[in-house]
Amino acid sequence: MKEISLNILDIVENSVKAGASLTEIIIDESESELILTIKDNGVGMSKEIVSAVTNPFYTTRKTRSVGLGIPLLKLAAEQTGGEVSISSKTADEHPEEHGTTVVARFIKSHIDFTPLGDVISTLKTLVQGHPDRDFLYIHNLNSGRVELDTREIREVLEGVPLDCIEVISWIGDNLKEQYGEV
Amino acid sequence: MKSLAELKAIKDRMKDKVVLREGTNGVRVVVGMATCGIAAGARPVLNACVEEVNKNGLTDKVTVTQTGCIGLCQYEPIVEVYEAGKEKVTYVKMTAEKVKTVVEKHLKGGNVVTEFTVAAQK
Repeated sequence: MKEISLNILDIVENSVKAGASLTEIIIDESESELILTIKDNGVGMSKEIVSAVTNPFYTTRKTRSVGLGIPLLKLAAEQTGGEVSISSKTADEHPEEHGTTVVARFIKSHIDFTPLGDVISTLKTLVQGHPDRDFLYIHNLNSGRVELDTREIREVLEGVPLDCIEVISWIGDNLKEQYGEV
Repeated sequence: MKSLAELKAIKDRMKDKVVLREGTNGVRVVVGMATCGIAAGARPVLNACVEEVNKNGLTDKVTVTQTGCIGLCQYEPIVEVYEAGKEKVTYVKMTAEKVKTVVEKHLKGGNVVTEFTVAAQK
């Protein structure tokens, strides 16, 4: 993957497939580090599956036996000297509070650090593809904070679907302005 | 500032339209958005599909959706066009530029852009 924002798009698809109604995408960025947290309230994974998902030959897909989503994120983090950790609570064992959290730490000064890239396109793509799911995006930077919460947008829209082009454009413009300001 | 007030204005404009739109979309454009597609450049292709369909005034007729791995990873980004009563058309190795052509010639003009299809690959 050329940009971390593409890894984000890819990993959040897993959350959507796990039935998450809300997926939080949180980026904490300092001078030296970028910490990406993707936290969903989906069905969760058992301990066995959590330990298996970093293996590229593990996948839930039925059409072939290679799954590269988590391994590619792990590669992107580890090649900078960072790491990926995954924790999960299954819906069976934790009916009240379940889901999966993936945390990836990147060392920004490392020569193999891939830039965050076009995170705005990633968010537009996620909302366009999954207008019935909610996403909370928070990017904490030294200079300020960028935030987008589709639950707030949904409330304002009163039934107008989030995937109509006007809303998707608004989301893009809103984020662009926030990034311009921070 | 793209404020919530502006979002409210969108809501007021769209409220009536949306009811009209439901169920009238005849053509489905599907973009593969699994790891393989994303790594190959599916994100700008998807966004180009959404934008070009809108630019050409086809939003009432065409729905753009996303799917997982189509099973032809080496040909990603892949865009499939489904139309009732017609055979599925599979466009491969797509770019935002190629999407422009497909929307104009195929979705608007009704002519399949044969050179971009999987059948034209060697």
